[in-house]
Amino acid sequence: MSSKTIGVACRNVIKEFGDGEAKIRVLHGINIEVPTSELSLLVGPSGCGKTTLISIIAGLLNPTSGDVVLFNTPQSQLPGRKLVQFRAKNVGFVFQQYNLLPALTATENVAIPLLIQGVPRPQALEQARHVLNYVELGSRANQLPSQLSGGQQQRVAIARALVHQPRLLVCDEPTAALDAKSGQTVMELIREVAVQAGRVVIVVTHDHRVFDYGDRIIEMSDGRVVNVTSKN
Amino acid sequence: MNWVAWKMLTGDRAKYFGTVFGVAFGVLLISQQTSIFVSLMRRTAATVLNVRDAQIWVFDQNMQNTEEVKPLSESDLNRVRGVPGVDWAVRFFKSQARARNLETGEFRQVILIGLDDTTMVGAPVKILAGSLADLRRPDAFMVDKAGYEYLFGVGEPIRLGRTIEMNDTRGVLVGVVDVHAPFETFPIVYTRYSQAVRFVPPERKVMSFVLAEPEPGVPPREVCQRIEQATKFQAHTRNEMLWFQVGYYLRSTGIPINFGITILLGFVVGTAIAGQTFYLFTVENIKQFGALKAMGVTNLGLTGMVLLQATVVGLVGYGLGVGMAALFFESTKGLTHLAGFYMPWQVAVLAAVAVAVIIVCASFVSLRRVWVLEPAIVFR
Ligand SMILES: Nc1ncnc2c1ncn2[C@@H]1O[C@H](COP(=O)(O)OP(=O)(O)O)[C@@H](O)[C@H]1O
Ligand SMILES: [Mg+2]
Repeated sequence: MSSKTIGVACRNVIKEFGDGEAKIRVLHGINIEVPTSELSLLVGPSGCGKTTLISIIAGLLNPTSGDVVLFNTPQSQLPGRKLVQFRAKNVGFVFQQYNLLPALTATENVAIPLLIQGVPRPQALEQARHVLNYVELGSRANQLPSQLSGGQQQRVAIARALVHQPRLLVCDEPTAALDAKSGQTVMELIREVAVQAGRVVIVVTHDHRVFDYGDRIIEMSDGRVVNVTSKN
Repeated sequence: MNWVAWKMLTGDRAKYFGTVFGVAFGVLLISQQTSIFVSLMRRTAATVLNVRDAQIWVFDQNMQNTEEVKPLSESDLNRVRGVPGVDWAVRFFKSQARARNLETGEFRQVILIGLDDTTMVGAPVKILAGSLADLRRPDAFMVDKAGYEYLFGVGEPIRLGRTIEMNDTRGVLVGVVDVHAPFETFPIVYTRYSQAVRFVPPERKVMSFVLAEPEPGVPPREVCQRIEQATKFQAHTRNEMLWFQVGYYLRSTGIPINFGITILLGFVVGTAIAGQTFYLFTVENIKQFGALKAMGVTNLGLTGMVLLQATVVGLVGYGLGVGMAALFFESTKGLTHLAGFYMPWQVAVLAAVAVAVIIVCASFVSLRRVWVLEPAIVFR
């Protein structure tokens, strides 16, 4: 246990939405530590605050109080622009709705995180094609999202999330919009390709079918972490 | 990221063309309407525009436009000539008259211009057939190109020597000229002053205008002032004359109000269409901008993307719109009754400014939505 490197740590994270009468507290002081090099699942019933928590961890949302330490850097010490740059370099995203740009081919979509970091286009596209091969979509490289199935689009999204070798990968319900078979393919891909030494991978899900893929399961209920189980 | 912005814009062909055509249509509306208005107003000043070789116009104090002439007497010419600073001054005759085509017997209302017999000041510059010298021949007259068709029939090949009759006096066609078309669809008949007075029923006073030129080095405006003081006539420079005439139509007819409303509507509709289409384009892409924002594109980067898209849409839309307007005027140029309608470059500039303002405003409104966008919406 002590040999594990902690990549992400939440320190008493509280999140409230709205103010005055309408104020609701969605996260009631979250304290968790997520190690690198394994697959962590964040599970719990719908509405318990999973998406809110990973939005905060990924730096898309500010906590009302508390702090998140990402690879020894407290987010609170990264002001505005710095945090955006940190995100561009270190975080990969996979969304339930894929969120691919419809006008771009699979390769071009995958290249975006590299382009954001200023990698020249030919080089970015070359690297993107390479990663597409890893997710076994090399033959679909020049197709538009609308020409791909849901499962294929999600695999493109995974390639996009990994192309710039982020240290943190967050996936929000990546299998929710997919049938059982495609869902399994996506989870296997995340296990085999995404989980790497030094990387934190957090997958949010309430899909019981995929619980087996996790090394660690963080259970939430009503804005609190109620249980953490680890396989090893 | 500029490349991504370009792809987002042009990737969906239908949406791209829809947006560009929205802007183009707005530009077309603005430039077309404004051009027609300006052209129409210029047509009212055709008489003034057609005199190229005199800088000063002198005429009766009570005249309000160049159509309703209140003639001066012959001795008044000498009074103008006597004003210090006047280099020369000559007669200029303008009146409406009735002409009869002697071949068909048909009557036609014409604008009759009589040029000073010796100097021919005020003569047309562009002569399409015949020569100015022929105007010195007995009974000679020239007519503008559109007027030739009005008098002798549309599509008739130009044939000199044809005859008309005005006030029981025979006129022989010696030339066809190209001049600014007048507001009314009347032929403009050019002849010598001495001939012109015989083409209309006799009157006590006949001299419609005095055309004058200042001595070299004396500003025309100053000479006008001296003439007005010495004679109590009105004296205007060429440019003032233009506005004198256009101003009369603006003040005294319904054209500016009605047309102004039309132009305003064109502007409002054009602006609304152009701005709305671009705004909608951005709003429809808001989720995509959100995803890019989550992936680490800064607000500055997103601003660059939106502005690039706006610039492309603005430029292409403007080019198409102005192009269509120009094409319209270019293709109607040859039609007799549309002669003189054109797009002044000022209108093209005005449309460009309008589009720039519209697009900047639309971009700004769109950008506000992009700036305040919570990147966390990508998880929703
Ligand atoms: N922007 C917001 N404003 C107000 N309430 C919100 C907002 N985002 C989430 N919530 C509320 O926070 C709670 C947790 O939502 P969420 O994190 O999406 O849960 P989960 O992902 O576990 O389904 C829900 O009750 C939701 O309505
Ligand atoms: Mg959720």
